Amino acid sequence: MRPSLLKSTSELLRRSRRGYASSANPERKVAVLGAAGGIGQPLSLLMKLNPLVSSLSLYDIAGTPGVAADVSHINSPALVKGFMGDDQLGEALEGSDVVIIPAGVPRKPGMTRDDLFNINAGIVKALCTAIAKHCPNALVNMISNPVNSTVPIAAEVFKKAGTYDEKRLFGVTTLDVVRAKTFYAGKAGVPVTEVNVPVVGGHAGITILPLFSQATPASNSLSQEDIVALTKRTQDGGTEVVEAKAGKGSATLSMAYAGAVFADACLKGLNGVPDIVECSFVQSTVTELPFFASKVRLGKNGVEEVLGLGELSDFEKEGLENLKGELKSSIEKGIKFAHGN
Amino acid sequence: MAVAAIATLSFASVPCRKQQLRHGASTFNAQQFSASGSHWHSANLKWGVPRPRAAKRVIVAQTGTGSHKVAILGAAGGIGQPLSLLVKMSPLVSALHLYDIANVKGITADLSHCNTSAQVAGFTGKDELAGSLAGADVVVIPAGVPRKPGMTRDDLFGINAGIVKELVEAVADHAPGALIHVISNPVNSTVPIAAEVLKQKGAYDPRKLFGVTTLDVVRANAFVAARKGLPLADVDVPVVGGHARSTILPLLSKARPKAAFTDEEVEELTTRIQNAGTEVVEAKAGAGSATLSMAYAAARFLEASLRGLDGDDDVYECAYVQSQVVPELPFFASRVKLGREGIEEVVGSELRGLSEYEARALEALKPQLKASIDKGVAYVQQQQEAALN
Repeated sequence: MRPSLLKSTSELLRRSRRGYASSANPERKVAVLGAAGGIGQPLSLLMKLNPLVSSLSLYDIAGTPGVAADVSHINSPALVKGFMGDDQLGEALEGSDVVIIPAGVPRKPGMTRDDLFNINAGIVKALCTAIAKHCPNALVNMISNPVNSTVPIAAEVFKKAGTYDEKRLFGVTTLDVVRAKTFYAGKAGVPVTEVNVPVVGGHAGITILPLFSQATPASNSLSQEDIVALTKRTQDGGTEVVEAKAGKGSATLSMAYAGAVFADACLKGLNGVPDIVECSFVQSTVTELPFFASKVRLGKNGVEEVLGLGELSDFEKEGLENLKGELKSSIEKGIKFAHGN
Repeated sequence: MAVAAIATLSFASVPCRKQQLRHGASTFNAQQFSASGSHWHSANLKWGVPRPRAAKRVIVAQTGTGSHKVAILGAAGGIGQPLSLLVKMSPLVSALHLYDIANVKGITADLSHCNTSAQVAGFTGKDELAGSLAGADVVVIPAGVPRKPGMTRDDLFGINAGIVKELVEAVADHAPGALIHVISNPVNSTVPIAAEVLKQKGAYDPRKLFGVTTLDVVRANAFVAARKGLPLADVDVPVVGGHARSTILPLLSKARPKAAFTDEEVEELTTRIQNAGTEVVEAKAGAGSATLSMAYAAARFLEASLRGLDGDDDVYECAYVQSQVVPELPFFASRVKLGREGIEEVVGSELRGLSEYEARALEALKPQLKASIDKGVAYVQQQQEAALN
């Protein structure tokens, strides 16, 4: 065959693949479990808009046909399919590169994330059992609260199934980072788009530890009182929204945004984009706790490197010690649940 | 390089210039979230379909933060919430005002945590409506009730006409120079309602009033690309007429890239595009109508308008506007060029050289669209008479 004919034939084949916008990126399938919920719906929208996604699976126990029909009309490459109910969970998961789990019930005023444990622990356990069976290599992005416990639950389920890879399991703490950045920018008077603040520890109350001493751009104008106030506000950010919604739910839109940011980072890492660093709650040796949130570098295997905490101020060292007790017991509660049921 | 590129949220319209498309100019930019060294900037997201002169547009979006104030009336609703999220994410917006009759406080608190530049504020109830509109450059109106299975958009008229009238009266009083984007159905009637209200207040500028039909274009692009195996990023199908069933007229003969459609394909695609809204209403089985795709389409049209306000010289979108393109119809959706004052030009050229099918469909839609327009106008006039008596 003449070389030019070969070339033009393959060009034609490549161009004729439906929705194949760019030849540079591999096909990526993302599944959203809980896609019809308060977080799931806007999250599904944002994932549909992400050109790195070639296939988007929307799963829930109800409502997904409507959400999928809606989202499928958007003229972006991701092929959308809706799945509803247990029988369709496996098909929803097959071949997934990233599985995002916002499924479960949200807080009402007066509740802690731990109050959700009883319902959400069972949901997460069932979903993870299916993941182990149908897409054991997927990167799992856990949003369902209480994350401090549901991530350890997931780990135990995967261990039992013999599929556990600690590099592929993430508790999504991105919203804490988003909040820390926003609150810091407001107080320090710097443009929010330039701000970076690591947030470590866990994803509930005082287990959330923002490291404002490492914030960039650095600010001389913040007093110790300001730092204390910013820390508290970051820790209580979720509660702030639960109260403002007065019974109508917890953070949905900002959580969808944060979830999409983190999922995008996972996809970029999988695609070999260098220097993708995000904070996430992962299996860790940074402290004596088995799971801990810190900066991690993402790559083709999920977590390529868990980064250390860096230099902490005295206030932050104190915060770190104070959070360990609660975080430890939340982790143990999750592990115990996974073994018991 | 230490400075990471700040990815921007950009719902760019597919190129729809009179000249030919530039090949190779329109691939999705996969460099969305940036990460550089150990830092990451994920404040803004960039998704969308680039147009020719993409570099120019990105510069417009990246130099400093945006400067536009946007008000969303109906922000707590099914469309309003995801729309508010997308607008909060837009680098073109500096202030976002969310208005509704209830539940806005929670949504405002929620969105205010996002680390994007737009400052968000919430306004609840009639007393705060004026405050929500102060200084707005663009007012987007998704307020109202959605369809249930079996309903047409016109069935919503009874409730939504009154809502739109009241809101546009407030816009006339408190943000008279703003662009108005009407989403509330039935758009074929609510836009004429808005026009009449604005006329009565002496605040009508036909360059600044739009019925948002972008979702029809988005659907047409998606369905045609899928059917013909075309790369999504390149597909542009103009949709004219109105925004309900057979008044929605996709011009497949004008689709780019040029594609040949069989008669069956034309029929099938046209019908599907016309009924796509109903498709979602049925799939949602009583839980509502299109919300997420509508939010995307509205955000895309909003960003196009803002780029026009910024002086971008290459912004074209289809919209339902006051028009002379079809003499019998005072309002008609077609391609428009957006600029600093809103509509710079209503592009009628695509209505020339229609296929036979399209020419017939155009004739057929005229009576229905005229009736919907007249219904809207009559409603406002009746309301005025009732108020005077």
